[in-house]
Amino acid sequence: MSIDMEQFHQVFFEESFECLDAMETGLLNLDMGAVDSEEINTIFRAAHSIKGGSGTFGFDNVAAYTHVMETLLDEMRDGRRDVTQQAVEVLLGSVDCLREMLNAIEAKEPVDESRVAEHKKSLETELNSAQSTTDESESTPVVQEAVTPEPTVAASIEASVLASPVVWDIKFVPHEDLLVTGNDPVRMFRELAELGELDVTINLEGLPDNLDGLNPEFCYLAWDLVLTADVGKDEIDDVFAWVEDECDLSIVLRDPVVVPLNNTDDTQALVLPEIVAPVQEVIAAAEEITEPEPTEESVEITDETTVIVAPKEKSAEKKKAASHTASIRVDTGKIDGLINMVGELVIIQSMLSLAGENFSTDNLDRLKLGLSQLERHTRELQESVMNIRMLPINFVFSRFPRLVHDLSLKLEKKIELKLVGENTEVDKTVIEMISDPLVHLVRNSLDHGIEIPEERLKKGKPETGSITLAAYHRGGNIVIEVKDDGKGLNKEVLRQKAIEKGLIADNAILTDKQIYHLIFMAGFSTAEKLTDVSGRGVGMDVVRRNIQELGGSVEIDSELGVGSTMSISLPLTLAILDGQSITVGDETYIIPLSAIVESMNMEEGQINHVVGKGEAFLLHGEYLPIIRLHEIFNITSVKSSNLIEGTVVVVDGLDGSRCGLFVDELLGQQQVVIKSLEKNYRSIDGISSATILGDGSVALILDIPGLIKLSNQ
Amino acid sequence: MESVKEQAFQEDKVKILSQFLSFKLGNEEYAVDILSVQEIRSWEPVSRIPNTPAYEKGVVNLRGDIVPIIDLRERFNLGNLEYDNLTVVIVLQFSFQDVTRIMGFVVDSVSDVVAVDSQIIQNSPNFGAKVSIEFINGLVEINERMLMILDVEKLFKLEGIDDNGDTESDKN
Repeated sequence: MSIDMEQFHQVFFEESFECLDAMETGLLNLDMGAVDSEEINTIFRAAHSIKGGSGTFGFDNVAAYTHVMETLLDEMRDGRRDVTQQAVEVLLGSVDCLREMLNAIEAKEPVDESRVAEHKKSLETELNSAQSTTDESESTPVVQEAVTPEPTVAASIEASVLASPVVWDIKFVPHEDLLVTGNDPVRMFRELAELGELDVTINLEGLPDNLDGLNPEFCYLAWDLVLTADVGKDEIDDVFAWVEDECDLSIVLRDPVVVPLNNTDDTQALVLPEIVAPVQEVIAAAEEITEPEPTEESVEITDETTVIVAPKEKSAEKKKAASHTASIRVDTGKIDGLINMVGELVIIQSMLSLAGENFSTDNLDRLKLGLSQLERHTRELQESVMNIRMLPINFVFSRFPRLVHDLSLKLEKKIELKLVGENTEVDKTVIEMISDPLVHLVRNSLDHGIEIPEERLKKGKPETGSITLAAYHRGGNIVIEVKDDGKGLNKEVLRQKAIEKGLIADNAILTDKQIYHLIFMAGFSTAEKLTDVSGRGVGMDVVRRNIQELGGSVEIDSELGVGSTMSISLPLTLAILDGQSITVGDETYIIPLSAIVESMNMEEGQINHVVGKGEAFLLHGEYLPIIRLHEIFNITSVKSSNLIEGTVVVVDGLDGSRCGLFVDELLGQQQVVIKSLEKNYRSIDGISSATILGDGSVALILDIPGLIKLSNQ
Repeated sequence: MESVKEQAFQEDKVKILSQFLSFKLGNEEYAVDILSVQEIRSWEPVSRIPNTPAYEKGVVNLRGDIVPIIDLRERFNLGNLEYDNLTVVIVLQFSFQDVTRIMGFVVDSVSDVVAVDSQIIQNSPNFGAKVSIEFINGLVEINERMLMILDVEKLFKLEGIDDNGDTESDKN
């Protein structure tokens, strides 16, 4: 049995993390003034899914914890509790705590109980704070717990019907001999619970003071029930039809606005055992809640997560331990498209084989037609398969509202985060690798970029700073921008720092671009003081390295006092790139098209010799060094070593450095499928990866920054 | 693996045969564990990799995988031989820590498959510094010929093969 369940754990964790993300987003979206009940519903559903799932899989501590959250949310949903900033903070904290718990369980590590208990306590404090009127009722049901545990169960059976405005107050006082006639109140409560949401409170007034006089066959208990269901009085009457003569029953329709005082007891009914009962009982209660209906619960999980996920597609994939198998959620539309295309391929295949079977020159046209269709479909198929790996950048962006929310509180700055182009699709690998660099950049903007409110006002800027995260396509690249309206980069300060640290000579002449790029150097930080947010001068170095690993580049644009923009440009996919094939001697290499600025044939007199050995040429007012590919790759079969006879490809080394690459000849441009060289071999300086050409041979893809570095050695 | 088999043999006194693929490099005969052999192919032109030792011939496309080709003669300093239609590439695979690597090794010719009783495999004698025996796992005599059994793991250890290319990490 346990093995069977194990295989669903992964799905449960994935969905739970999605639910947590949905809760987080929902909580951050909550507007204190005008609370959108649908938003709370979304949060509630997410919490409920986690509770149901964790109960089913036997993660009782998670279920018990979520139950407390759910109670709090339930009260907010029904409007019985105000949505306060404090409550939202507590809930956000518990989202984090839940995430930690789930992470620990997923990694099969012990859950940090003390932290959980701490969070749970603050949750419970929050729960109690608004309901001080109910203090006196707290101790009553606990005594009774052992004798009649059924009410808890009945009370907790939650109807799937969402809150509805019709609330019935039912006062049910059975006569002593109710049980003798074979009637069971709990059964009736279950029946009521099927009609809608039911809260049950037990009334112990009828209990004899002296237990000696207690007749075990008699019923001394009475119940106050609150039924939230859109039903008529006769339906409730039906439930009590069998006991009509054996009890005192009052069924009253509650005025939706005025809440009678004693009803606060009812609202507490669900919560009370958790608050006062010892932990074991909490867990026991949680088990009772979830175990009787595991199938129903798991069905709910799937339904609800679809509701939550479909429009926004949230996931916490990145945060998971590296050990788990990666999976992607794919839009069914994309898969349907693929299936259609495969169908078309099959048709073309049969058409082609028919044309080939009894081949004559008459069939030539049909064959050509078939082949051209085959080509088109292959390309479409390729595109849609690549498309499966594409996920909206929102997977990365969605974590930022929380980050900005927390950091701005910590740094006491007012910041508004704008997200633009969240639905821009990027390859999954890019998404996974870009998220940490982006966090660095956003943190930097928050910490160093945006000024404190007083300073901003002094400068005549609006008090609230803004950070914009934007993603859009440009050519074959995706561009991600982090833009702030803070103080901008100070070129002079950067320059001084760099000279101080010996990174540049004090008389070095640098372009603006080169000065800005100094911030990407290891150990470079201009922050006067270190904060725990940023300022150690490690981050930007890592940012650049990560981006370069993805084959992308970073550009900085900044104006002092106005703000700065970091644009990250990344290839859309890591599996296929647009390449320019070139030859040197007998060998074919691919240069990524994104690295090529232009290509040109040299003329006599254009080439300048530097110290007898080096060569340079002037392009748009800039002297660029020439790298002879055959020299650094030791290619002996080179056609000609005369620069005039070959072609010079001007390439961009990502960090702003350009150079001319001398090759024999340019062949065609083509899309190439990237194959790893390291899988069976090792990494080679100047080579990023390999690809397979149309004739089945292998061509190496040049790593331009690596090549420039190699030539400098 | 080998030592486990040997141990098992000594305990149970049961003859355990391992199969080896034998091949020739010049006049010498070598063998590799047949379980590590993926396939045998004829030589086909490779794409040269710049700035690598001469024995690393280059890479080929093996059904979509980029597979390096190593000349075993040159690797063992046995001199060069012109490649012709009969030149053979033995494709070996080796798993280390869940990662399976594939490499091709150019040999003169493949001889046959021999079953060897693990007990009769001798440790290679010490030739001093004169002869490098780093790739040789043991010697065995089959039909009055000496077979040198190669250590596949060592064959796969090319210079810098486990280098992740992260040479800058010590800067921080």
